[in-house]
Amino acid sequence: MSGRIITSEEVRRLAWLSKIKISKNEERRYLEEMGEILEYFKMLDEVNTEGVEPTYHVIELVNVTREDVAQQTSSNSLLEIVPVMKGRYVKAPRII
Amino acid sequence: MPGILELPASEIVRRVKLQEISVEEYIGECFERIRTVDPKIHAFLTLTEDDAMVRAREIDIRTRRGEKVGSLAGVAVAVKDNICTMGVRTTCASKMLERFVPTYDATVIERLKAQDAVIVGKTNMDEFAMGSSTEQSAFGPTLNPYDLERVPGGSSGGSAASVASFEATVSLGSDTGGSARCPASFCGVVGLKPTYGLVSRYGLIAFANSLEQISPIGRRVADVATVMDCISGHDSRDSTSVKTGPTSLRSHLIEDVSGIRVGVPKELFGEGTDEVVSKSVWDALKRLEGLGATCEEVSLKSLKYALASYYIISMSEASSNLARYDGLRYGFRLEDEDWDWSEAFSRNRREGFGPEVKRRIMLGTYALSAGYYNQYYLKAQKVRTLIRQELSRVFKVFNILASPTMPILPFKLGEKLRDPLEMYMCDFDTVTANLAGIPAISIPCSTYRGLPIGIQFMAPPFREDLLIRVSYTLEKSLRLDLRPAV
Amino acid sequence: MRVEAVPELKVKIGLEVHCQLTDLKSKLFCSCSADYRGSEPNTHICPVCMGLPGTLPVLNRKAVEDAIMIALALNMKVSSRTLFYRKNYFYPDMPKNFQISQYDRAGGVPIAKDGYVTLDGGRKIRISRLQLEEDPGKLVYEGTIETSRATLVDYNRAGVALAEIVTEPDITSPREARIFLQKLRSILEHLGVSSGELEGSMRCDANISIEGGTRVEVKNISSFKEVERALNFEMTRQRNLLRKGLRVGRETRHWDELRRVTVTLRVKEEEEDYRYFPEPDLVPILISEEDVERLRASMPELPDSRKRRLMEQYGISMQNAEVLTDNKALAEFFEACAANYGRPDLLSNWIVGDLLSYLYDMGLELRETKLTPGHMVGMLRLIDDGTISGKIGKEVLKEIIITGEAPENIVKARGLVRISDREYLERLTERVFEENPKAVSDALKDEKAIRFLVGQLMKLTDGKADPQLANILVTNRLKALAGKG
Repeated sequence: MSGRIITSEEVRRLAWLSKIKISKNEERRYLEEMGEILEYFKMLDEVNTEGVEPTYHVIELVNVTREDVAQQTSSNSLLEIVPVMKGRYVKAPRII
Repeated sequence: MPGILELPASEIVRRVKLQEISVEEYIGECFERIRTVDPKIHAFLTLTEDDAMVRAREIDIRTRRGEKVGSLAGVAVAVKDNICTMGVRTTCASKMLERFVPTYDATVIERLKAQDAVIVGKTNMDEFAMGSSTEQSAFGPTLNPYDLERVPGGSSGGSAASVASFEATVSLGSDTGGSARCPASFCGVVGLKPTYGLVSRYGLIAFANSLEQISPIGRRVADVATVMDCISGHDSRDSTSVKTGPTSLRSHLIEDVSGIRVGVPKELFGEGTDEVVSKSVWDALKRLEGLGATCEEVSLKSLKYALASYYIISMSEASSNLARYDGLRYGFRLEDEDWDWSEAFSRNRREGFGPEVKRRIMLGTYALSAGYYNQYYLKAQKVRTLIRQELSRVFKVFNILASPTMPILPFKLGEKLRDPLEMYMCDFDTVTANLAGIPAISIPCSTYRGLPIGIQFMAPPFREDLLIRVSYTLEKSLRLDLRPAV
Repeated sequence: MRVEAVPELKVKIGLEVHCQLTDLKSKLFCSCSADYRGSEPNTHICPVCMGLPGTLPVLNRKAVEDAIMIALALNMKVSSRTLFYRKNYFYPDMPKNFQISQYDRAGGVPIAKDGYVTLDGGRKIRISRLQLEEDPGKLVYEGTIETSRATLVDYNRAGVALAEIVTEPDITSPREARIFLQKLRSILEHLGVSSGELEGSMRCDANISIEGGTRVEVKNISSFKEVERALNFEMTRQRNLLRKGLRVGRETRHWDELRRVTVTLRVKEEEEDYRYFPEPDLVPILISEEDVERLRASMPELPDSRKRRLMEQYGISMQNAEVLTDNKALAEFFEACAANYGRPDLLSNWIVGDLLSYLYDMGLELRETKLTPGHMVGMLRLIDDGTISGKIGKEVLKEIIITGEAPENIVKARGLVRISDREYLERLTERVFEENPKAVSDALKDEKAIRFLVGQLMKLTDGKADPQLANILVTNRLKALAGKG
């Protein structure tokens, strides 16, 4: 039963953390689907990874940086694609 | 259909430079073809006909004046809709970006334009590149040109289908877990996933940053080599871009595989692989042996865990990469009504994202969350190391590895949509290359009842030359002339 | 409810300070100009810092060098290998809804660890870590955060480089917290990496607990002055709870500057989980010993060294030296004056005593005034050569601060020249004695009452009379009267 590996409460919390509103129906569906997929992921438990370093980057690059030089950009073209503005501000919903 | 549309890219360029064909005419033919075919297969989301014709005429003027033109002069390129094109809508096949118009070109686009390629349009894909069938597009699926009831593969389905059906000469796709190779295999074309870091990701709308690369797709190995030589090489805007110049893969279009040792991982022919597919691939390998290569089975035990590792890592990265889509700065935004910001974001994202995207974001969030991080994300990255280590060892013995690209034939629309895990399993053969950051190519090796089958080769990092040589040799030997009925 | 007598419990305070690297020309991960103050909203933005799809970060090399220098100045161990991490959370001021930062757990190593700051007097405050991260944008409300029906976002600041400096809970009082922050600011200013004077360039959050009790986090402290106030309030609040036998809840509180209280942030339905993981778009930074030594050799003079040098070079007191080096601008002002003035000890008294208190009263920073070293020295010379008295000098100084007029001009314009004209003063003394017969008879009986008469004389001259002379004249006249008497 996939309900064991993940709970409804966890699904709701994930929806909150990822800021995706879900309905009760969807919650049930996610529970089932995610449960099945997480069951599949469990196979990694059988792999012995003691002493193994994780691969965060597959390339051997280090110290990639740029000079501290300021460049002009046309901010106006960026503001043209903003859905809701007030003056030159990006308008967002209220905080509280 | 005019023969001009069947020409390889290099031939188009040659004739353009000699003024044997006019770019205007050729591009005009492309759009004619698109008008005929695309209503059937829906490979394109956006066409850029006006811009393309302007550029075409401009190139013609320059050649008439005897001015120099670029290495891709006049070539019609279709671009996957997760690659930013300045002034041209870039949607990632998502409602979230349905009206998003980037103010900048991806680096690869800049390079294509600098070499006078002509972009004809943006192609359909699985939403945010999450999928293996191009059925998860918010704007309807793309259909396989070889069988309109079947999927073209994904997530770069539109890019592969457009090239397969002669709507464009070459296309750009992206490959995070097989997203260029899978549709290449299903659509009977060539798709190359470069070594990680070889092609700039600046302008590629991110799904899973440590895994993905922009990938050229073409009907022939030579076309893919031509595009690679244009788009590859260091980009200072991408910190994960390796510090080499562009490739010169065209110089490796050589028919010679003598002495090449091909390893054939047992694990990629396991249960779940169609017998027909398996046989096709082995037939191709035997052909290579006849040409001087040696093919030998090898066991890579860690590959069993590649799919789980891949999905955990890609979903985790995706959950973070897609957080930016909240409707404030660009993209889909509901009328705010009177919600607070958290409620507004949640509603926006609920509306803007499709079910697969939401599922992966939730799973990725889970895999990174406190209490699960070690068991999932960290574990998956360690398993990734083991896979890389095993591949490293095997590449000391073999020059390249071979396997089917897809374990199955192109399936019917809707067939794998009920169970997400079933769809994920399709990636079994392709994810290894992304996890390890190694180059991989898919070329058609046969058909079965008219449906294309692809063979995949993988090489050590930066050994695209081997992939080009082997697949070019095989391609020449097979002499397949795949032509969809559409 | 029992009210228990509780002995003064010890306070433990830890600070998390975010310092903008204001010497950088561009932002941390993109080439936008970082000099955004005073600009129109959303003018210092580009696709990268706006988090547009497909964009990628590229690290500013100088930010790393600045961070290494800060680490050295704070006696920290610089890491040989450091990674950037993503801190994932949603908020309207976050262009990507994750912040590229650093982490010190699960394999994460920030750019430096384990250092300390020595406060004047010798107390060491340990610094646990230093990390680089990007600043979010700025939120503007129409009204207050509670009443505003919309939130306005300005991304000019988004992506600016921050150095986060975290202390161990070694600080033992709100006052010490302020002193620590001043010292930290002075160090960063002397390094030249951060100008604490700029609005919003140094912000901090605090953790405070009464020994044995729960830790409360206090956020939204906008300036150093507010730090002491906020922590005093919170300390009192916690002590009061404990005295009543109540428990202090572990929570995050918000400092309300206007009402001068800490308030519980609205109880959230869920607790945040930042899901830190290494930033895939940035590669590791390797720092060699050579890099560190090269930067160490190029470091400017830090406050503690400067303090010792000022004492040695100018012979000023340690106390004065400490105050002067608390603020780079002040120390430089002192040295600029001292270059042209032969009595640095006197100068330092004037600066540390008078100048600083006037600045405090007027609510000004030195750089906001029109006072130049030339003015300061000029004023002191006018006292030295007897043109004005010390008391007048204070008035002149106040005026220079505001008007920037040269001291000689002020003295002339306001007729402040010290009156040493004996004849003139004698006549005025007569007048004082005539107008104050009672005071005169008092003074004849009691010597101390002479002060009143001297004061009246000074008043008549608007304080300009030579005080010594005034004293002598009044005394003489009294003697004369007494003699006659």
